[in-house]
Amino acid sequence: MSEPMVKIDSVYKKFGSNLVLNGISVEVKRGEVLCIIGPSGSGKSTLLRCINHLETISAGRIFVDANLIGYRQSGESLYELHPRDAAKQRREIGMVFQNFNLFAHLTVLENVIQAPLTVGKVARALAIEEAKELIARVGLTAKLDSYPAELSGGQQQRVAIARALAMKPKLMLFDEPTSALDPELVGEVLDVIRDLADSGMTMIVVTHEIGFAREVGDSLIFMDAGEIVEAGSPRDVLLSPQQARTQEFLSKVL
Amino acid sequence: MARKRFSQQKASEQGPSVVVFAAIKAKKLRHPVRSIIATALILIGLVVAVDAAFRPAYDWPAVAKYLFDHRVLEALVNTVQLTIFSMLIAIVLGALLAVMRLSENGVLRNLAWLYLWIFRGTPVYVQLVFWGLLAVIYQNISVGLPFAEPIFSWQTKAALNAFVLAIIGLALNEAAYMAEIVRAGLLSVDRGQEEAATALGMSWWQTIRTIILPQAMKVIIPPTGNEIISMLKTTSLVTAVPYSFDLYARTHDIAAETFNPIPLLIVASFWYLAVTTLLMIAQHFIEKRFGRFESYAKAKNSRYKRSRGVN
Ligand SMILES: Nc1ncnc2c1ncn2[C@@H]1O[C@H](COP(=O)(O)OP(=O)(O)O)[C@@H](O)[C@H]1O
Ligand SMILES: [Mg+2]
Repeated sequence: MSEPMVKIDSVYKKFGSNLVLNGISVEVKRGEVLCIIGPSGSGKSTLLRCINHLETISAGRIFVDANLIGYRQSGESLYELHPRDAAKQRREIGMVFQNFNLFAHLTVLENVIQAPLTVGKVARALAIEEAKELIARVGLTAKLDSYPAELSGGQQQRVAIARALAMKPKLMLFDEPTSALDPELVGEVLDVIRDLADSGMTMIVVTHEIGFAREVGDSLIFMDAGEIVEAGSPRDVLLSPQQARTQEFLSKVL
Repeated sequence: MARKRFSQQKASEQGPSVVVFAAIKAKKLRHPVRSIIATALILIGLVVAVDAAFRPAYDWPAVAKYLFDHRVLEALVNTVQLTIFSMLIAIVLGALLAVMRLSENGVLRNLAWLYLWIFRGTPVYVQLVFWGLLAVIYQNISVGLPFAEPIFSWQTKAALNAFVLAIIGLALNEAAYMAEIVRAGLLSVDRGQEEAATALGMSWWQTIRTIILPQAMKVIIPPTGNEIISMLKTTSLVTAVPYSFDLYARTHDIAAETFNPIPLLIVASFWYLAVTTLLMIAQHFIEKRFGRFESYAKAKNSRYKRSRGVN
């Protein structure tokens, strides 16, 4: 068997004295979709942000494609990487935020080519060509020259996905990608994520869309208070949860 | 008048209901007191202007004689140079101080705070006097290790003339104010922008340069324009260094020869006003340009919402 794409090995994270991640271990195989559900404040966003080292970790190790993220190991100790090297690792990991965070001063096309141009040193003509393909893939060719403020939330999130894909990541992280959307706009974003899953992208998706998790997820974890309470196939966890905490959460969400 | 008649004609052609509507005319509220005050002010202004035109103390022929005097024009160039150079240094240094104040490094943060405390807490005139005395305080400027023979050494007096000292004095004072302006600009940009850029693999500097600063500009530029205009006028204090070839000091010196200060004050004021006016026009266009992406998007967005019947 080949290496998993993501290997999270007993990760702890403290904010001051607040233990936010309490020994998280989980693996994501290549081409798999891992869904994360759990109540607000349970550490889901923090876990995602540790995976691309937007956040440092207090203990444990995270590997993406067999590379230790954010640190260099020497004996029993981990040494934080130089920001330059951490930035290099992030290029291979796409991230999509709850609030889209599109660059407000750039058009749709400019948003998508920005990172390939400044980070990837791709030639401009090539970057534009690839960006147009990605924008077409999320169905927004008509909006190439629009600014984010002119787009609906659903359209902005689709651009944000295209922007992340422009760096040709091996792994995509989604942090509640539809939570800030009006209900009628959720579907268009989930469709794009579903297509991406079908194309074989490895993904970790934090979501409250239980139906989507069951349909698209290959595995699912339920987090509470910084711990993985229950893990398994989405079907098993969602339909016949074993833990009382999971049952309680699901009864509220469903 | 002709247009009014035409529209009335048209209204009567369209049938009785329109005629009834046209009969109920909305009249604007009149403000008689405002009109009286305005008329009085205009009259006072005219009286002052006519009086000034014939008042011998203003000596208009002398104003005309000195307005384009080559000494005055040279001084004008010096004043503009003082403004440009000191503002350029102040903007760069101010941006640096702003980044230091936002840095995670406590030493840098406190250093920047100390700088602001000193340079904003003392009058610029006093600072300029200090810079003028630099050569007295430090006779030589040396580069090298402490307690060892310096590698390079200059005599302060020879290396830094009054013009350079004036620029340094103005720039270092102004940098403290620019730092606050740049800081407000950087803080006005949503944190999510930085986060998204970082997540894409951009370095800190790439993020600042391509994502944060362009968006901060629309907050930074309007007050910076005001600072430039303010700096133009503050240059009149460089006589404290003492530097005496700027517009104010030069006209003052000419007046001392002619024993006729008032027309030369008018000459100086004319040129300050002329440059300020040019700067204000430039400011107007630059502000429009940097606000572009937002106002453009807003205008189109509201149109889009209206067409969909959303408010
Ligand atoms: N930058 C931070 N500084 C301090 N505490 C934080 C920070 N980010 C998150 N937290 C805390 O960590 C906990 C988990 O937050 P988060 O990972 O955002 O949860 P979730 O995404 O599951 O809602 C919360 O209690 C939150 O207050
Ligand atoms: Mg969250």
